[in-house]
Amino acid sequence: MPEQTLAEAWGLAPAVLGVVAIGLVLGLVVAGVDRAVVSGAPRTAVEPIRSSARLLVEQRRTTLAPDRLLWRLGCAAVPALALLSLAVVPIGGRTLWSTSADLVWFNAMEALLWAAVWLVGWGPNAVHALTGGYRFLAQGLAYELPLMFALITAGLAAGSLRTTDILAAQQDLWFVVTMPVAFVVFVGSAAAFAFWGPFAAPTAADIAGGVTSELSGVDRLLVEAGRAVFLGATAAMAAALFLGGGSGPWLPGPLWHLVKTLAVVAALVWAGRRIPLLRPDRTVEVGWTVLVPLTLLQALVVAVLVLNGFYA
Amino acid sequence: MLTELSGWAITAVAVLGVLSVAAGIAVFVVDSMARATFALLASFLAVAGVLLALDLVYLAVVTALMMTIEMAIMAVFMIMFMMNPAGLMPMTMVHNAKASAVMGAGAFVVLAVGIWTIDWPTRNPPRPADSTRQLGEAIMGSHMLVMLVIGIALFATILAGTILATARGRYDRLGPGLDATHPDDPVPGGLPR
Repeated sequence: MPEQTLAEAWGLAPAVLGVVAIGLVLGLVVAGVDRAVVSGAPRTAVEPIRSSARLLVEQRRTTLAPDRLLWRLGCAAVPALALLSLAVVPIGGRTLWSTSADLVWFNAMEALLWAAVWLVGWGPNAVHALTGGYRFLAQGLAYELPLMFALITAGLAAGSLRTTDILAAQQDLWFVVTMPVAFVVFVGSAAAFAFWGPFAAPTAADIAGGVTSELSGVDRLLVEAGRAVFLGATAAMAAALFLGGGSGPWLPGPLWHLVKTLAVVAALVWAGRRIPLLRPDRTVEVGWTVLVPLTLLQALVVAVLVLNGFYA
Repeated sequence: MLTELSGWAITAVAVLGVLSVAAGIAVFVVDSMARATFALLASFLAVAGVLLALDLVYLAVVTALMMTIEMAIMAVFMIMFMMNPAGLMPMTMVHNAKASAVMGAGAFVVLAVGIWTIDWPTRNPPRPADSTRQLGEAIMGSHMLVMLVIGIALFATILAGTILATARGRYDRLGPGLDATHPDDPVPGGLPR
């Protein structure tokens, strides 16, 4: 272990609780900014808190002959996986736990999220929810590979899959300068994995809300919160992998990371809410035939730069 | 070898091992395609947990990642191949029961005999500082040929599966003379072609 992890620095239980709290706050921030941008009124940013409280006390509505086990499992897994993906996101320059395969961990949590969302669509035994679930499968399949290549590109430049090593490798130059494509694809694909904004076809109005159509009460809260936390975790990860994390003048490191994370959230929500809903049947092809070659080219450029000692 | 592991790790390996076998059995007991798929995923995730307990982080997370994607893709193939694509009706998860039981028992015997009779190295080599790097060097070095062959075989299988699943060929798309300017696809796709 080259550096201390959060668990070593604060003790295991406080570190886990701290990361969960940070994740929930990040999720609330994302949901609040989203609300404010959609409605155009900044004061509606508190709306997510109110609706969370309402969903907590709302009575659960059910369907005929649901697969209750898988449904509940999927609903609980969405926020759990979003929080687990935060375990390798640096907070104040340290991650909750540090392994030699942090990036793959982050990616694995996304893949599991993918399966969990399909379960949410499958569980209620309802046609719109199932349609949404299968839409999400097709969408996830198309954006999984570009996302993977974008993540790996950052690891390639740093010569390590460890998040803290990637932070250290950006002391002189932020990775976004040499890998803008990977940055944009990472944020966009992550939005696709959170089926948010222009990628919300799995929950679109044409299938009556799709995956989320039969959700109520705590179940809906869990899924919505998981999406928001995952978007927040993605923003924090993007700030760490491509925008240099805590590096910057005058301000202390953690504050810089926070500022960059909020900037990514604001940019993501502002841009995402201005793009109309993308139909998966018209756009997954773009994922396969445009984004995959683009991200591979990006990785090639970075690999050549690595061989030339550019990042050394 | 076992003595190197902490009691905590040994317990985790044992519990997760039992869990993975139990989830594996559940695959054949449940009566829905979705439950069978996710029981199998649970089994693989337990195996990933075993790898994690043995401090092989990369192998663990890559197992979880790959198996999850695989199960999700299995759901896609389910739509293509199954007589009951939504899988909402209960159905048996056992096909060709006798032959599979024989093959399963055979595989178990071969593996068990192998495990107990193989001449395992007794000397303890020093553990690598970074097992991920060691694995990468092995895959990209001495074992590259094996990985390439496996990769191509897997890719060929995927292509073959897709070709078997689709009823449409190039003559359906481009006409009998293959001279249509635009392919006639049921789903147009997003790019101007």
